Amino acid sequence: MPVRLPFRPRRDAYPPDLWTKCPGCAEMLFNKQLDKTLRVCPNCGHHFRIPARTRIAQLVDSGSFVERDANLQPVDSLGFVDLKPYPDRLVAAQLSTGLRDAAIWGLAAMGGRPVSMCVMDFGFIGGSMGAVVGEKVARAGEAALAERIPLIIVSSSGGARMQEGTYALMQLVKTLGVLERVREARVPFISVLTDPTTGGVFASFAVVGDVNIAEPNAIIRFAGDRVSAGTISEELPAGYARSEFWFSHGFVDRIVARAHLRDEINSLLAFLIAPPLNGSGEPMAAPASRSRAFLSALTGARGGETNGESRNGESRNGESRNGETSASRGEAPRG
Amino acid sequence: MVDRLLGRTHADAAPEDANALVWAHVQQARNLKRPHTLELLNAMADEFVELHGDRLFGDDTAIVAGLARIAGRRIVVIGFQKGQDTEENIRRNFGLPHPEGYRKAMRVMDLAERYSMPILTFVDVQGAFPGAAAEERGIAEAIAKSVGLMTRLRTPIVVVITGEGGSGGALGLAVGDVVLALENSIYSVISPEGCATILWRSSDQSQAAAVAMKVTAAEQHELGIVDAVIEEPGEGAHTDPAETARRIKEIVIERLDALGRIPIDDLVESRYKRYRAYGPYTIADRPTAPPERIGIADRLRGLLAARPSMPPFPGSRRADPSSREEV
Repeated sequence: MPVRLPFRPRRDAYPPDLWTKCPGCAEMLFNKQLDKTLRVCPNCGHHFRIPARTRIAQLVDSGSFVERDANLQPVDSLGFVDLKPYPDRLVAAQLSTGLRDAAIWGLAAMGGRPVSMCVMDFGFIGGSMGAVVGEKVARAGEAALAERIPLIIVSSSGGARMQEGTYALMQLVKTLGVLERVREARVPFISVLTDPTTGGVFASFAVVGDVNIAEPNAIIRFAGDRVSAGTISEELPAGYARSEFWFSHGFVDRIVARAHLRDEINSLLAFLIAPPLNGSGEPMAAPASRSRAFLSALTGARGGETNGESRNGESRNGESRNGETSASRGEAPRG
Repeated sequence: MVDRLLGRTHADAAPEDANALVWAHVQQARNLKRPHTLELLNAMADEFVELHGDRLFGDDTAIVAGLARIAGRRIVVIGFQKGQDTEENIRRNFGLPHPEGYRKAMRVMDLAERYSMPILTFVDVQGAFPGAAAEERGIAEAIAKSVGLMTRLRTPIVVVITGEGGSGGALGLAVGDVVLALENSIYSVISPEGCATILWRSSDQSQAAAVAMKVTAAEQHELGIVDAVIEEPGEGAHTDPAETARRIKEIVIERLDALGRIPIDDLVESRYKRYRAYGPYTIADRPTAPPERIGIADRLRGLLAARPSMPPFPGSRRADPSSREEV
């Protein structure tokens, strides 16, 4: 929830959030227009960073997201004070984002298929991973494992949260431990890397997806600029550690523009969730049929789509969903 | 178990003293004369056969791995190797590993699992090599895979932090059933210098960062990250490497024998649960985050704290993208 001032601005005051300057091409973009293009510059294709809730609305079937564990609250386990005490930073971040910590997780449907989804929010202390973020990623993984539904994690983070010290470092182990179990159980995990995905988040769950998808030109790197600059004096080439760099070095399967992200994930899920085979000894048969059962229950609840229709229904549904979100997003700045 | 340099003192000391004490500890942990993996093995192992190469790209000199016989037991040993002089340091890339090091480690860990050998790792690394060569060959992926492998490896793992436990680079070899630390070692999520640069915006504040992150072995023991602290002889491990190795050997063998008596399924499960449980948080009363209606003082505080560079017009209602792009 944005910060609201206790008094109204003068009616003729020029709203400072009407236009956004594109860092890619320096074009002045009308915010309402930008919202309609999913906050991608129509001129140069620059992908703006977006809050977690906006991301979720862009990806999942409209209204299907049910948040879990929204009440997990970070604690100042070390009594950490830098220029400001850590609790003050937390309160400030909570007020400005309306989140309790830098990730949201929950169950949702994508193209009618149930998924477990965790999305990070860079606006909350740089999307850094402390105990709560690690816990949410872990719980999203555990839910995927328990329900045998695909796991989708959208990363956007500066790395481990320094204010939580080695506890933050241990979140790498925590999340990777769960993901190892997800992998062994043959539950699909799609990792979406968005601008920026760095440090301990890149070096843990973000990099180990069954499929790694990156948004165009996102900064993705392990060692930050300041770390590298202090330690190593070497010239870094243009485009270094961007999505395309990782694509050419073989660590990202696909680079997908935001407008296509949803469809891309849906078609991957259609491949990764094996259809039930009748008595052919296919190892995925049992789990898959369970996941189908779950799916029909869910689609049923959403308005009577059947399994067979869901592939077609998905695109129809998608269009109407897009219309809805653009409309509602268009209103947001006015409200 | 007592950190003689700090233990009783630095919590109550004046801030400047605390800074100095902790910084002395950091310097001690970084002392190049401290024994590293090969020196320790030389003192404690009857035999060591080093294995080389990751079978993918090359052999990393900053991580050594191999098969050791210690007190009559077959043990796979993996550890970071800094040089003790400039020449060796150049050859060892100053102890900064590339992805090949972690991939070699994983290959040898797999051997340990398949041929029923426990694993002992020695951790002393400033961090993974931060340059382009490591990055483009996937240092992040190598570390993540190594950490993931160690969470499920079906053989006992004992980790000894002997010097610097630096960030993800250290963590890549530091997941275990038992984590021990030498008295003067440190363990942190980022180097104090890196932390100071980012949070204090000045590398001059490295000492304060080291204090704030509670980097010392004794503090990590209190936090439950480290299970036991191994006291160092004399003025520190570098003054008597042989005695240091003897003390490490004693406790490692004791712990490995104890771990060996636990059924492997229980062992892997308790290792998983250990790491699953790290990191305290609380459950807030209200399921949704901050209240819709907040006091004016909180609003202003939040406003000032969250957005130091407010545009001149206070009419903004949206915290998202435009203002947040600069973060």
